[in-house]
Amino acid sequence: MVNALLALLAFQLAGEVLVRAVGAPVPGPVVGMLLLFLAIRIRGRVPEPLQRASQGLLGNLSLLFVPAGVGVIVHLQLLAADWWRLLIAIVASTLVTLLVTALVMQGMIQMRRRPQ
Amino acid sequence: MSDQIVSIWVYLAQTPLLWLTATIATYQVATAMARRLGAPPLLNPVLLSIIALVMILSVTRTPYATYFAGAQFVHFLLGPATVALAVPLYQAERKLRQVLLPGLAALVVGSATGIASAVLIGKAVGLSDLALRSLAPKSITTPIAMGIAEAIGGLPSLTAVLVILTGMVGAALAGEVLDMARVRDQSVRGFAMGLASHGLGTARALQLDPEAGAFAGLAMGLNGAMTAMLVPVMLRVLGL
Repeated sequence: MVNALLALLAFQLAGEVLVRAVGAPVPGPVVGMLLLFLAIRIRGRVPEPLQRASQGLLGNLSLLFVPAGVGVIVHLQLLAADWWRLLIAIVASTLVTLLVTALVMQGMIQMRRRPQ
Repeated sequence: MSDQIVSIWVYLAQTPLLWLTATIATYQVATAMARRLGAPPLLNPVLLSIIALVMILSVTRTPYATYFAGAQFVHFLLGPATVALAVPLYQAERKLRQVLLPGLAALVVGSATGIASAVLIGKAVGLSDLALRSLAPKSITTPIAMGIAEAIGGLPSLTAVLVILTGMVGAALAGEVLDMARVRDQSVRGFAMGLASHGLGTARALQLDPEAGAFAGLAMGLNGAMTAMLVPVMLRVLGL
């Protein structure tokens, strides 16, 4: 348990340090994720405690967004004036992005399958 | 009696314990409520929790900074949780190698679409310049989005709110929209959800399918980097 927690924190720390050292526009935890991915590959399997810690955290991932979301309270006035404009832009843009991404990826997968 | 209540409140208001507990308790109640209502996509636990906590903070006149001093311990776990995505990613590795090129193409096109559609639609409905600049990085994970907003003259704290809204919209609607578009490959479904709606889309993808979850996490990370590179260029192209 503690080892798994240590691994997650240590890889996040390594990611943060690396990102700052290189000045890359990627968040440290994402680099940490890629480093841990490489470490697991080298090891050849996922240690059981890490598996459980990962499942525990990811199973409740949406909870972790609540504190930042409550930050809406700071902008209630701005949102009161513009809420429907922002809502239209967000809903429409998110759906377009979702569909374009999925269709490009699916189209390319099918294109590569066909010639064979 | 009321003096006692006041002194207890004063104590609680000064420690992180109260708002940390309140955040987790609210989320648990919201989760139970959403489940009882048949888990309707638009009334998800995150939205219900935010509404409830905003009302509680307003009634008790608690500043957001005081709330966040407690809730930051939950917020902090976003980092380790992102690192933990390496595990489902490893389990999806074979699939990852098969769809690497299509995924990279979808990343470039999807990322550009996310920025351009937000700015253009926002402009069409008459959003201010400041709002547009805060909205441009909406599809990616909060810390990078806030960094970008700051760099391009948006309002980082407004961006955080728009990012979460985007995540909730994606999480709520993605499943059905992708069903309607007949996208069935779990790697494609996950990749699109993570790219368009970052961590909340990833959380939803993980609930639907482990492979979709792994690809969502990957897309979330990649799009964070891609958007950071594209936003400054695209704003110039879009004339903002």
